[in-house]
Parts: sequence; C-alpha cells; structure tokens
Amino acid sequence: MAGDDEPIIKVRDLTAGYDDVVILEHVSFDVRRGQIFVILGGSGSGKSTLLKHMIGLDEPSSGSVVIDGADIVVAEGDARREILRKIGVMYQSGALFGSMTLAENVRLPLEEYTDLDSDEIVLIARMKLELVGLAQFTGHLPAEVSGGMQKRAAIARAMALDPKILFLDEPSAGLDPITSAELDALIKRLARSLGVTFIIVTHELPSIFAIADRVIMVDRRTRGIVAEGDPRRLRDESDNPWVRQFFRREPEAQPA
Amino acid sequence: MRILAGSGNGDAVARARSRDAGAGELGRPMAALAISEAADGRRVLALSGRLDASTIRGVWTDGRKAIAEATGRRVVVDASNVDYCDGAGVAMLVNLMQQAGPGRLQVENLKPAFEALLHQFDPERLAHDLDPPAPRRSAIEEVGVIAAGVGQDIRDQIAFIGETAAALAYAVRHPSTVRWKDVWAICERVGADALPIVALISFLLGVILAFESAIPMRRFGAEIFVADLIGISMLRELGGLMTAILLAGRSGAAFAAEIGTMKVNQEVDALTTMGLDPVRFLVTPRVIAALLMTPLLTLCADLIGLLGGALTLRTFSIPFVTFVHEVDSIVTFSDFMAGFAKSFVFALLIAGIGCLRGLQTRAGASSVGDAATRAVVSGIIMLVIVDGIFAVIYFFLDI
Repeated sequence: MAGDDEPIIKVRDLTAGYDDVVILEHVSFDVRRGQIFVILGGSGSGKSTLLKHMIGLDEPSSGSVVIDGADIVVAEGDARREILRKIGVMYQSGALFGSMTLAENVRLPLEEYTDLDSDEIVLIARMKLELVGLAQFTGHLPAEVSGGMQKRAAIARAMALDPKILFLDEPSAGLDPITSAELDALIKRLARSLGVTFIIVTHELPSIFAIADRVIMVDRRTRGIVAEGDPRRLRDESDNPWVRQFFRREPEAQPA
Repeated sequence: MRILAGSGNGDAVARARSRDAGAGELGRPMAALAISEAADGRRVLALSGRLDASTIRGVWTDGRKAIAEATGRRVVVDASNVDYCDGAGVAMLVNLMQQAGPGRLQVENLKPAFEALLHQFDPERLAHDLDPPAPRRSAIEEVGVIAAGVGQDIRDQIAFIGETAAALAYAVRHPSTVRWKDVWAICERVGADALPIVALISFLLGVILAFESAIPMRRFGAEIFVADLIGISMLRELGGLMTAILLAGRSGAAFAAEIGTMKVNQEVDALTTMGLDPVRFLVTPRVIAALLMTPLLTLCADLIGLLGGALTLRTFSIPFVTFVHEVDSIVTFSDFMAGFAKSFVFALLIAGIGCLRGLQTRAGASSVGDAATRAVVSGIIMLVIVDGIFAVIYFFLDI
C-alpha cells in the first residue's frame, strides 16, 4: 500500500485507443489521497476512455495505472480483486441490475465482500440510499424510478463498501439543481471526513467550481492533457484560449 | 475493566468483556470493544481501532448483546480511541442507538469528521422500511389476477392481429411503403441463416423415423411401407411443424428481443413521435419475411426429411428408386399442400407473436429476456393448438 504522502493513483505514459485509433497518447498524471479530481474535455476527447483504463475495464497499448501501490494493468486474480475492493465506480447510465431492487443493488457488494449479517447489510444499504435521498424507494426496481434516481442509486452502490477511491462518470447529469448540489456536498463531506478520493468525469461547471481540487483537461487534437490545475485559475489565467473558452462556455470561434 | 480476549490490558471490573483490537487475518487492524460499568450506573461501551465493514462484525454483535443486557440503564459509547469510522462503522453506531431505544444511548468523543457522518442519519427513521414490499395476495386473489392477465393478453393479441392485418392489407395496396431493404435483410436471417439447423433436424427426423419404424416392420416383411409412413408424416405434419417450432425458438425469440431492446431504448417511442407507425415499421417487414421464408424452409425440411428416410432404408435393402416410387404412389398432392398451407399460418403466428411480445416489453434487461421467453413459449403453444385445429378441419374436409 502506498504511504500517505504518495499519490493514491499514478498514471504513467498511458497510450490507449480502440482498434487502430489512438485516443490518448503518453498521458501521465497523479491523483493525491483525498483529492476531488475532475477529468474534463469536449465530446470525444477521451475522458471516458481514460476512466475505463483507470478502472481496468480496458487494457492500454502501453503505460501503467498504479492504484494504491498496485498496477491494475498487470494485476490478475486476487491482486486485481484486492485493487477492485478499494474502488467504487458509478457509470454514466447508472448500470444498475434491472432484476434487483435498489436496496438489493446496494447490498450486492456488501454480501460478496463482507461477512456481516444480513440485517446489518440491510441497514447499511438503507443508510447509503438515505444518503442519496432514496430511502423511500429501496424496494423499487430500477425501471420503476426515474433516470436521476437510478443515477443516485448507482452512487449509493458505488459507496456500498466505503471504497478509498470513487470513480464517478457524469454524476450530476440528469439531476435537478437541488439534488446536484446535495450530491456535491456529499462528495465534499466524504472527501474531507473519510479521505475518500474522487475521480469525476463531468461537464457541469458549477459542480466543478464547487468541489474540484484539481482538474485535468484532455483534448482529442493533442490526444493528451492540455491543462491541469485549479479550475478557477485555469478559467482566469490559462494561456490556452480553448481552455478559457471551455470554462467560460463560449462558442468555438469560426474560421474567417 | 477486564479484557476477556485480545492483546490489551485492563483493570478488573466485574462483568467486563472485550473484543480483540489486534491485527485481523489479513493484517488489517481490528475494531475492539471493552464493556464496563460507570460509577453512576451507566454501561460504557469503549470502542477502539478501525470501524469498517471488514472489522466490525464481532464488535457489532457484542455491542448489541451488551445493550440488551443493560436493561433499563443508560448506555454510553466511548469512541475516543476510534481511529477510523466509515459508513459501515456509522451503521453500527446507528444500529446500537436503535437497539437501545430513543435517547438511551449516547455516542461520546467521536472525532468531528466521523461525527458529521453520524449526524446525517436519524436512527428512528432508519428503523422502519420506508418502501416495504407489497403484502402477499391470497391464493384466490392470485388466481383472479392471473385470470385477468390472461384475459388482457388475449385482448391484446386480438387487437394486435387486427393491427397487423390492417398493416399487411395496407402493404398489399401500397407495396412501395414497405421497407423492402429491411424485408430482405430479415429474410436472410430468418431463412438462409436458419437453413442449416432446419436441414439437420429434418434429416435426423427422417433417419429416426425410418429406423424406429423399420425395425418392428421388418418382422412382418413390411419395410417398404416405412417409405409411406415417412412420406405422409413429413409432408403433412412433421416437416412444417418442426420447422415452425425451430423458427419460433430462433426467429420468434430474436424478433421479441430485438423489438424489446428497441422499446427499452425508447427507439419505439422515437418512431411514434416521428409519426411512424411501429407496426408498419417494425412488424410488417418481419411478418412478410416470415411469410416468404417459412414455406420455403418447410419445403426444404420435407425434402431433406425424405432424404434422411431414404438413406436409412438403403441399409434395409430398399433402393433409393424404390423409395421414391413408393412415396410417389402413396403421397398425394393434397398431402403436400395440407402441410405446405399450414406453413403460411405458422409464419404469421411466429412473426406476429414474436413482434407482439417485443412491443409488450416494459423496461430493463430482464424484461427483454421475459419477452423472448414469452415469445417462444406462447409461440409454440399457439403452433400446437393451430396444428390441432388444422387436423380437425382436414378430417372434416376429408383432405
């Protein structure tokens, strides 16, 4: 396990793509423990590709992704399971299991990874759903609740085992402003009180300014990181006009 | 305080227990619980170590027991030595509060960061399931609900038959409105792609029929009549029925899954809001493709079944020419047509039921699976029923 001062995630020289198309080339960055780290970029810039490689869903052409001291790219068997035990992932669509109720979805990782009694697991699942405002929908199937509720339930499932690292893909998309603000507050609270590290892919600028400690921006033209740092400083002081434009939500200048 | 298990030291106070605070199986630091009685009569549960899902099982159980034993007394959870407390640890504290009852248990000296997590929850509210499962219906109610469901399903099928018939009639009057590109693509999937399995099954059917009947009939020197049996049964009945059952399992399920997935992805809604009739757009091409391909596959099944029988009978010294002559002498054109005509009706049933089940899909991956299953089950049931009706009609018409 990495020491407290060591970055909890180290991405080194990552080159990734699909078939013959290279989407990211020689990307390197660190994520500090307890940091709220946001990955930004335009549509098709490779944000989700980067996330998929960080959580070990896809194998990169080259490079490494070291999570809490272990490289997920090469880890197999129990070593990989140990890494996956430390992370929680919320997918863009929620990816809840349609045949299970919301509570059963949240209980699943607890039943698989812990030896707690079933009534204890039921209580933990209920508390996770209470945290995301779904205590009154625990017995509903995903198909019986709205898309925003599915997303919140997916966040509860990702938090079920209180992982050290939470990967959230577009967590605020589709949520109303109040729920979105509550989610931001929850993320900050978990990061500050428990030292949970968040890696968030999002486009929601208010959310980014509210919670992000650090952002990186990926761009399809350079196939890599074009800017990184504090979001406010990037907005106000970046040398890159595209970065400033992105943060100020200005349309792309048309060629004369 | 006395430590009953574990590595810590403690002073002796009666009725004190503790759970080990040492290292766990995997070298993880464990949670610990020491129970003592305060001078003012309160029971003190001193928690220490790391409270997370992998460490708290033992202390959770012991904590509940300790509270149950402290009847009528106040309980204090002293968390001054808790190094870490995540959601699972907070769940344990909430559960201990629920166990003690309102206002009877106080958590003291919990680090502010963890206290903030604990204060997010109301133990009273969490004690109740706010979304309990619906009460179970009685057996009589259950029968009523199932009967109503069957009735509704029959109404839906009748309505769908009407819609499909109207769409087909429209397609006949306006052939240019049919999406022929889709029809040919579906024809390939329903027809050409299904040919190997239809050929294999019908060949084996011919072989099995021949073997099973030739062996007993040889005792009477009547092997030649096996050719009549195979000819009549394949052409009138088995060729068409087996092909239809195979297509119900293959294409009917595929139609239901395909349209069901489109329904789940709101593609069917998109068609409707674009002003396009889903029946004309999705059902008509599939029904036309099935109507074109099922009779052709039936024809293939008939011929390949006969071939299987003929090859088998060669082993019983009946030459191929004799087999063909025997079949030709006994099987009439009306026998062939009796089986061939049914294949059009079977095609309508397979495609219609597959599409209907797809359009009835609600939401979620499991409902797509349900749609495919229902398409196969109800498709086969309808095939058998309709085949029986044909048998009765043919009997009365003397066909």
